[in-house]
This record gives sequence, structure tokens and C-alpha cells, in this order.
Amino acid sequence: MLTAILTGFLFSIFLVFAGKLFKGKLSLLASFVPLSLFVYFSQFIIPVSNGEVILKSYEWIPSFGVDLGFKLDGLALLFTLLITGIGFLVFFYTSSYLKGHQYLDRFYGYLASFMAAMLGLVLSDNMITLFVFWELTSISSFFLIGFNNTNPASRASALTALGITGIGGLFLLAGALLLNNMTGTYAISEMLNMRESIIGNEYYFLAVLLIFGAAFTKSAQFPFHFWLPGAMKAPTPVSTYLHSATMVKAGVYLLMRFTPVLGGEDLWNISLIAVGGVTMLYSAVHTLFRTDLKGILAYSTISALGILVFLTGLGTQEAFLAAAVFIIVHALYKATLFLVTGIIDHQTHTRDVTKLAGLNKIMLPVGIAGILAAISSAGIPPTIGFLGKELTYEATLHSETLVIILIIAIVLTKILLLYAGFVAGIKPFTGKLPDEYANVRKPGFILWFPPVLLAFLGVIFGVAPFLIESSIIKPVVAAMGADISDIHLALWHGFNLVFIFSLITIATGIAIYFFIKPSAKLEARAARFDSISPETILRNFNKLFVDISYFWTGFFQNGYLRNYISIIILFLVVLVGYILIGNTNFVIDYHSFSKLTIYEIIITLILIGGIFYTVFTQSRLSAVVGMGVVGLAICLIFVIYSAPDLAMTQFSIDTLTVILFVLVLYKLPKYLKLSDYKTRIRDGILSAIFGTLITTLALEVLSEPVNKDISEFYAQNAYLEAHGKNVVNVILVDFRGADTLIEISVLSIAAVGVFGLMKLRLKMADRKRYQDK
Amino acid sequence: MEVLLALMIGILYATGIYMMLRRSLVKLIIGIILLGNGANLLIFFLGRITKGAPPIIPGDAKVFSEAFADPVPQALILTAIVISFGLQSFAIVLVKRAHTVVRTDDLDEMNATDEDS
Repeated sequence: MLTAILTGFLFSIFLVFAGKLFKGKLSLLASFVPLSLFVYFSQFIIPVSNGEVILKSYEWIPSFGVDLGFKLDGLALLFTLLITGIGFLVFFYTSSYLKGHQYLDRFYGYLASFMAAMLGLVLSDNMITLFVFWELTSISSFFLIGFNNTNPASRASALTALGITGIGGLFLLAGALLLNNMTGTYAISEMLNMRESIIGNEYYFLAVLLIFGAAFTKSAQFPFHFWLPGAMKAPTPVSTYLHSATMVKAGVYLLMRFTPVLGGEDLWNISLIAVGGVTMLYSAVHTLFRTDLKGILAYSTISALGILVFLTGLGTQEAFLAAAVFIIVHALYKATLFLVTGIIDHQTHTRDVTKLAGLNKIMLPVGIAGILAAISSAGIPPTIGFLGKELTYEATLHSETLVIILIIAIVLTKILLLYAGFVAGIKPFTGKLPDEYANVRKPGFILWFPPVLLAFLGVIFGVAPFLIESSIIKPVVAAMGADISDIHLALWHGFNLVFIFSLITIATGIAIYFFIKPSAKLEARAARFDSISPETILRNFNKLFVDISYFWTGFFQNGYLRNYISIIILFLVVLVGYILIGNTNFVIDYHSFSKLTIYEIIITLILIGGIFYTVFTQSRLSAVVGMGVVGLAICLIFVIYSAPDLAMTQFSIDTLTVILFVLVLYKLPKYLKLSDYKTRIRDGILSAIFGTLITTLALEVLSEPVNKDISEFYAQNAYLEAHGKNVVNVILVDFRGADTLIEISVLSIAAVGVFGLMKLRLKMADRKRYQDK
Repeated sequence: MEVLLALMIGILYATGIYMMLRRSLVKLIIGIILLGNGANLLIFFLGRITKGAPPIIPGDAKVFSEAFADPVPQALILTAIVISFGLQSFAIVLVKRAHTVVRTDDLDEMNATDEDS
């Protein structure tokens, strides 16, 4: 099973090297990858329908409890078949749709990685693996949406989609970690047995919120829905595959997967009903105001996802059944409509529904597919859409609360979806063919076959629902934790309340289709409300965020060295000072200190005098001299306090520095006083505070005990082991000899640098250029 | 003496930082040198100071018989002095070079990495 999941990734890696092969006529061969996977997964239909659950686990990071754990049950099987089946048709279709495209191989690579990621997502039983695949779908879809990377709008949409679904991925990761804390496992199949303790846990609420966060962003639920219409910038095969049949359903999948673990509670059910309900109505209304075919389909997809979330929230066996059927219904008709739209776009170069009509005269098979899909989306018998709608209504009618409001919402949604389906599937193929499209060419077999196949499947499953009843649908409902003994699918349910609602839906929907024509005017009217849409709000929020970042960065990273130093010093002073103020005892034992003699007082005075002379003198040369005095005074301190080696080093280095300074710098211009009075006072105060802090710290440390173990070790062994009597020298050249070697290398590098800088001759032209400025 | 020494370290740090906050490159280097001296003294000071007992084993003994100054801080400071000399000499030459090329000692006028700005 691992191989099957990884096939897509392997194929895309293979394409990196052998991409050229698949650019030309062989591109059709690429579709064998999903086809063979489809066949592979089909073999599981029979065992799964017998109630078997196939578990496979490969060790990955056992110490963290993270395995490559896969579980194939009814729910996973439904999705794998959709992913590979529709995947095959999309691969097939693409070979003609993007024929001769410069980056066709790249496209197949993205598509194959996406397919693999999606398979991994629905098969994962381990939440960390789930998260990894979840993110992989976001990333591969980013590349697919932004495939036309020369188009700025396309890039922006890809980024928005990645941002929203990426945030959702983080929610999922947090949810996984939280659930792991609650249950001690990452395996979803083990969490199933711990439902009681999870629901009783104090973090149950948070866990549910995190899972919702992941699902709602991925499945484009209100108010995160807006990335999906933007994602329509992608080539149509991508929209078909990702944004109708597979990826956007990942969120719904997650909710369904977690229904037996987290569901059944009011928090879960009511939130899902509310969010799903708002989403389905909100975006169904939006379809009325669109003229772009893909725009209409995008909003109707969001609406359908809303219905699925809504059904999951109802939480009854009937609702799960309806959801399972509706997933198939939606995948079949929505993929068909997208493919049809793609063909129209490909042949006529427009997707503006107000201009399209009468295309059936040119592309009859496509027209048939479109019309059948529209009928299925409208829920008109004998399509499977009718079955889906009936089941949905029934589940809503038997809801435990607010039946009237819910049924009104769902009926309204379905009416509007019918309208959307008709506009997308029927309108372009009826009426009079405009003259400008009279010469449009007939699409080839590779283009029209996939939608026709899908549309006919919709009818076949509708007429003979037993084909999928026990093989596909029942295991899905079982996987969601409901009883499946009394499920029976049939097209005709008898003349009852549900049927009356169906009639109302169909009649009203068709009436709306005839009375409201999509027009640019309507679209413009809706655009007025854009300023209060979630998208605009988020965009403004982003802008604010970026502005603040700019300000923040500009404030701290302004490029002035003194600014950085000031901030670091200020921060240090505040932080250390805060600790010191609370904890300083200032108990200094003066008796333990060494006695002051006249020599020390004089050295101190010389040092302090030298320092202030260096700082305040007006001449550079005097400053250098002052610095030399400071160095010599320190040298004397070393002499007094038993450090002869240091004294010698300090003496020679100090002398060298002064000489170097004088040699190099005597040519420089006048010693400048660049800052004004105020700045100098401010810097002085800051430096004085810092100096005080260091003094306080130093005195404070003196009252702490000191550990001399290391020094003792060196002192004991200096002569015995290293045969040297000067311990400092022995440390440097023997015990830590390697460090000294490195130090010498550093010095040599500095010397090379100095030599280079001194000797490098500036070209006259360069020098002139700088001097001109 | 400890108090005086701590005071000197504080003054070295304060003036070092003050000089580093100036716009002149030469002052910046002087600041770094002062700060480096302060840091050396601080390390020396924190290892506790001892008068008249250098860490040198007396001629006829194999180990110390009486109190001696801590050799570890001394070894560290010796390294630090030498390394800071490397840094200082490179910085000084760099300032010289920068001055030859752009004819300024003011940090604020050296605000572009590109030649043409």
C-alpha cells in the first residue's frame, strides 16, 4: 500500500529526468499511473464491503509514536476511488487540454504529487502522517493554482490558497498534538476506542476547535471560503480535480473521519450545522451574481461542501447516508461541469456565460454531458442527483432541532444550486449559436470522453443504485460509526413530504433559471458588497500586518550601528538591572579585600585620567596617546596582581597598536565632532548607566563562592605532566595547545587581510569616481 | 582595591560604549579597544585578584606549596589580548582604506553597499 501511495511521488521524480518524453505524443501514457492505482484500489471493494478494515503500518519514528500507519475502510476507499478514478480522467483530458504546453511535464509532476499526497491523506491512520500529507496537498496545489506563473493574479491566488490552507494545516498539527496528549496515541483507530475519555476531557472543546479550523479552511467553509473562487485561476483540469472532486473534500473527510471520535456532542453537531448551513446558503446566493462559468461552479462547489458539512453535523444515520451519496453525486456532476467548461474555454476562449449559447451544434457529446450533469445537480430523476437530494431532505426533516429553519435553508440552497447547474451545464448548449462562434472547432475524443463518461455514470448509478449501495455507500456510513443494517437505496421513495419538497425545488429552480439571466449588471451590483466580505477584511488585516512589520523593521533595523548598540545596551540594562534590583544584597565584605597602597591609587588615577583624556580630546593623535596610557596602566595592574605574562603581552600589544594607529591614521582629516550636544548627553547617560551596571555586577559576583577546580588541576599537573613551571604558559602551549594553534591561524588571517588592504592599489578610475562624489 | 578596580572596569565599559556610539570611525575603533580592555580586566577581576604570587612554580618545587594567582583567567586574557590585536589592526587598516576610497570618516556617509548609489 505504501508503494501505491508513493507511486505519484516517484512518478513526479521520474518526470524531472524524463520530462521530455511526456511532453509530446506520449503524454497520454501519464494517465496510466492513476488508472493502475484505480485498478489496484478496486480490488479492495469486495473485502471492504464485507466489513473488513485493512490496516498497514510501517515504522517511521517509533520513539515518538509516529508510524506510517494506513487504514483502508469504507470512507478511505470511497475517496481513493474518487481520487484515482477522476484522477485518471483528468490526466487523460489534460494530455489534450494542455497539448504542446511548454511545461506539460511539470504539470503532470505537480498533478501526480498532488494525487499521491491526497491518497496518503485519506489513507493515513496516524495523525502526524495525516498532517504531513495534508500539508503536501496544500503545497502541490499551490504549484497547480499558480501554474500560469506569468500571470500576477494567478500567483496571488496561489498564495492566498496556500496561506489559508496552510494555517489550517497548523490547526491540524496542533489538534494532533493535543489529541496525543489526551489519549497517548496518534492513531485514529485507537482514538475510536477512547471516545468517552476524549469527550470527558477538559480540552475536548479545544480539540474540536482545532479540527474545525483545519477542516473549514481546507473545505472553504464560511468565512474562509474566498480562496476557492480565487483558485479558479488554475488551468481547468486542476479546478476539476482539486477544487471539486478531491482536495476541497479533504476537510469534509476529516470531519467524517473524526465524527466517531469527537462527534455526537452538541458542540460538534450544532457548530457544523451552523457553519455548513451559512456556507451553503451564502455561496449559493453568490452564484446568482456570477457570469464567469468557473466562478459559478466555484461558488456552487462551496455550497455543496457546505451541504456536506451540514449533513455531517446532523449526525444521524440518514444524514451520513445522504452525505456519502452526495459526495459521489457532487464529484460526478461537478467534475463533468468543470470539464465541460474547460472544453468550452479551450474551443471558444471565453467563459462568459452571457455570451455562450447554442454550442450543441458544434460539440454535441459535450452538450449531452453538460445537460446530464445539470440534471443530476438539479436532482431530477433518473440521475443519482435525485437520490442524493431526496436523502438530504429526508435527513433534514428528521433533524432533532429547528426542522423548519433547516429545511427552508436546504431547499433554498438546492433551488439555487439547480439554477447554477443549469446555467453552467445547459445555457451554453441551448438557444441560437452566436455568429462569432460559428467557426469554433469540434473538440477531440480525448476532451469530450471524460465528461461524457462521468455524466453517464451519474445516470447509471441513479437508475441502478444497488451498484454502489453495499459496495461503496454502506461501508462509508459504517466507517462514520452508524448502523447500516436497514439501508436501502432506491430511486423511487414513494409520494411523501420529501417528494413534495423535491417538486417545489425543481419547479422553482427552473422558474428562476428562466427569469433571472446572468448578467454583468447583476455581478456589478454584488460587487458593491465586497468591502464587507471576509476576503476584504482579511486583506486589510494582512495589509495592516505588513505595515506594522515594515514599521517595526524600519525602527529597529535602520542600518545605523549606534542604533543597534543602543538598543542592545538598553535591553541588557533593563533586563539585568531588573533582576539586580530585586536580588542585590550589597553586602560587601571589605575586610577580605586587599589593602590599598599608594601605587594602586596612582595607577587608578593615571588610568582614569587616560580614559577621559582619550574620550574628550579634540585631536586624534592625543586620543591615541591617551589610549596608550590606558593600556600601560592596565599593564601595571597586571604587574601588581601577579600576572607577569599578561603584563608583557599587554605592553607589547599596546605599543604595537599605538604605533600602527599613528602610522596609518596620521593622514586622516580633522578629528570630527559629528554629533550635537543633546545626542552626546543622551549617549553619555546610557553609557554611564551601563558602566554602573557592570561595576555592580562585578562587585556582586565577588560575594559568590568561586570554583577553583580547573585551576587546581592545571597547577597540580603543570610540572608533573607538562614539565613547565610557568602555569599560564603551560596551559597555552600544552594543555590547550590546539586552541593556541587556531589562535595563531586567526592572527595570520588578520595579517593577510591587513597586508592585502595596505598593498592593494586602487585603480585610478575608481579613485576618481569616488572623489567626484 | 577591589572597589576601585570594579569602578575602573565600569568606567572602561561606559567610555567604550560611549565611543562606539559616535559617528566617527576612528572613535568607533577606540571604543572597541577600550571595551576590550574593560572586558579583559573584568575577567581578571572575576578570577579574584592576588598580590605578589604569580602562578609560577618555585624553582625547587614540583607543585605549589602556598597560595598562587589563578592561571586560567590569565591564559584566557592572554589569548584575548592577542586576538583583539588582530581585530584592531585589521579595523585600523580598513578605516584607512575606506578613507582612501570614499574620503570620509563619518559612518553615516558610508550607508550604501553598492558602488553606484
